[in-house]
Amino acid sequence: MDTSEDILQQGSPDLVRGSETRRAAKSARLSPSFISWLQAGPMMLVFLAFFLIPLVFVVIVSFWDYNEYQLLPAFSGRGYTDTFEGCIAQLPDLCTIAKTYLKTLKLCFLVWAITLFIGFWVAYFLAFHVKSKTWQMGLSLLCTIPFWTSNVIRMIAWIPLLGRNGLVNSGLMKTGLINQPVEWLLFSEFSVVLALVHLFTFFMVVPIFNSMIRIDKSLIEAAYDAGASGLQTLVNVIIPLAKPGIVIGSIFVITIVMGDFITIGVMGGQQIAAAGKIIETRVNALQFPAAAANAVILLVITFLIITMMSRIVDIKKEL
Amino acid sequence: MTDTTKKTGVSRRTLLKGTAGLAGLAAGSGAITGFPYVMSAEPKVLRYLGTAVNEGDDISKQCLKDTGIKIEYITATTDDVTKRVMTQPNSFDVLDTEYFSLKKLVPSGNILALDAKKIKEFDNITPVFTKGETPGGKKIGGQGTAPWKVLYLEGKDSKTFSKTATEFVTLIPTVYNADTLGIRPDLIKRPISSWSELLNPEFKGKASILNIPSIGIMDAAMVVEATGKYKYADKGNMTKEEIDLTMKVMTEAKKAGQFRAFWKDFNESVNLMASGETVIQSMWSPAVTKVRSMGIACTFQPLKEGYRSWASGFCVSKGVSGAKLDWAYEFVNWFLSGYAGAYLNRQGYYSAVLSTAKANMEPYEWAYWMEGKPAEKDIKAPDGSLLEKAGAVRDGGSYEDRMGGVACWNAVMDENDYMVRKWNEFIAA
Repeated sequence: MDTSEDILQQGSPDLVRGSETRRAAKSARLSPSFISWLQAGPMMLVFLAFFLIPLVFVVIVSFWDYNEYQLLPAFSGRGYTDTFEGCIAQLPDLCTIAKTYLKTLKLCFLVWAITLFIGFWVAYFLAFHVKSKTWQMGLSLLCTIPFWTSNVIRMIAWIPLLGRNGLVNSGLMKTGLINQPVEWLLFSEFSVVLALVHLFTFFMVVPIFNSMIRIDKSLIEAAYDAGASGLQTLVNVIIPLAKPGIVIGSIFVITIVMGDFITIGVMGGQQIAAAGKIIETRVNALQFPAAAANAVILLVITFLIITMMSRIVDIKKEL
Repeated sequence: MTDTTKKTGVSRRTLLKGTAGLAGLAAGSGAITGFPYVMSAEPKVLRYLGTAVNEGDDISKQCLKDTGIKIEYITATTDDVTKRVMTQPNSFDVLDTEYFSLKKLVPSGNILALDAKKIKEFDNITPVFTKGETPGGKKIGGQGTAPWKVLYLEGKDSKTFSKTATEFVTLIPTVYNADTLGIRPDLIKRPISSWSELLNPEFKGKASILNIPSIGIMDAAMVVEATGKYKYADKGNMTKEEIDLTMKVMTEAKKAGQFRAFWKDFNESVNLMASGETVIQSMWSPAVTKVRSMGIACTFQPLKEGYRSWASGFCVSKGVSGAKLDWAYEFVNWFLSGYAGAYLNRQGYYSAVLSTAKANMEPYEWAYWMEGKPAEKDIKAPDGSLLEKAGAVRDGGSYEDRMGGVACWNAVMDENDYMVRKWNEFIAA
């Protein structure tokens, strides 16, 4: 099949073709590895300038000292020692940072488990039950609806629904199921998990769907012909082949939830501790080194989780 | 397909790859320095960094009309304003900020004090700022970062606050108010007269405070003092032990489920109150007005222990000089000349120069907002919407009564670092 470039070539005058050939002779001397470096170059530079270098600064600043109004560029472990304050002295009670991370991990686990469950089945439905490509596209676009409004508006919208005098409570009261409004619907761990699941299930659906759509349908037919039940096909064929999607989706959800402080803040009534919130409070008080130290700790913990997950599935190999 | 076309195809693609790589390299190395910025013929533009309190389209439009100065607002939260002054002092010209942040801003050297002699109305600024008393002579509580403690510097570039009046003014006063608890009288159904009610178990799950640690802890201190548990030497500058004690009281209340949510943003406080999620919470005057304008009963309740007050004013960035500095003086002088003052007074704030604001308000407006008298006519907001019907009286009454009842001022403590750590502990508890 002719590519568009070939068509262009065929239509171009001989003059151009001559100069192209000279260039071709020149570039033939470039080694393939050099070409791949060039290809990766722009992305690498963006990565370097906007991710790695800032990250190095964060690590450096996390070891600086500070006062009320400025950073003091002298080595100090204060950002870290302050963060782990009381972690040994207060035993068996947990210190602030341990409590905060336990809470964050708990929320993270709940959100991960629920988004994985919902996301898997939505993707399964899209990949195996919806036959037409158009419908698949249309329905996956529907999953983006939560992203059509801004973060703040999405949050505020929960109050009339889940609030003390909200729709859910007044509905339940009318049916006589409860006599008093249920308080834990809003500004609680429940509402935090609900909002996060609502937001991030999409990040599970897309990669899992992407993995599933690439499963060769004849494999499923073969499983059926070999006498496998629906459940056996699911467990032995589909889940193993969808694993890369599951892991990529999990990485999305876990990294976002670990660092989130806006959703947890608004939906938790600012009363639920989060790793990201500690950083925010520190930054707002102009205590940048302490904030940087907390950011490094968060990074290390998230990195550990991701490493453990990629132990389970070798993404590079699977892709 | 012939062999040649294949080869040229590859070469073209290789060329593209190479150019993209080079472009990336150029961008990364800073070889492309951005688009040229063309200065047009001397428009008088001032970049104005501040919170939303003083900012309004009406103010900037009127200012452009009267002085030809175009104001470009850079709006941020109180914390972000301070952060910006510290990290990007050249990103603004005029700074509108609160007095309590001066403890951080002045030592940083990033702001420039203004010369009192160049401010026309300086001598007419309310004695609240200069002497710590109301025009009627009532002494005002000075705990925390009271403005008269940090109003003057010892010299032009000095980083020390002067105890006596000098011509070097840290912030030219603009706006201030006395804050207290907002309540829903229709849901509470009994009189409220003390800060201690905030932690009254009767309002379990229906109370809220401000989620700005330095201000939240002062509201907490008002509560602790009101319950008679402890008397602070200075609520705005606690010792470590006092911080521990205050946070302990707060932590117990939080664990018992006293607070519905903490708020940080004007609209959050309005939403919480209007939806009935909370019935008692620390609040700002215009937020109470906003709830009321939605047809929901809400009172900015005066309490016997007094108000927690705040004040803000103008200074300029250290990078401002020459013509720009002249415009800044012109702008500040215009701000104090009455239009803006009247605008702020009509929102329930107070203006720094009372005489000029009075000249720009109708007598019945002045009587309602400033003298605590029943409204002769309907009271309208600056945008023309109805705030109060005729006959209404302002919560807390007159300027004398409200400002005279101030107990403490928003502050940054010496032990701020410790306090912030304790606040994180409180949130995690």
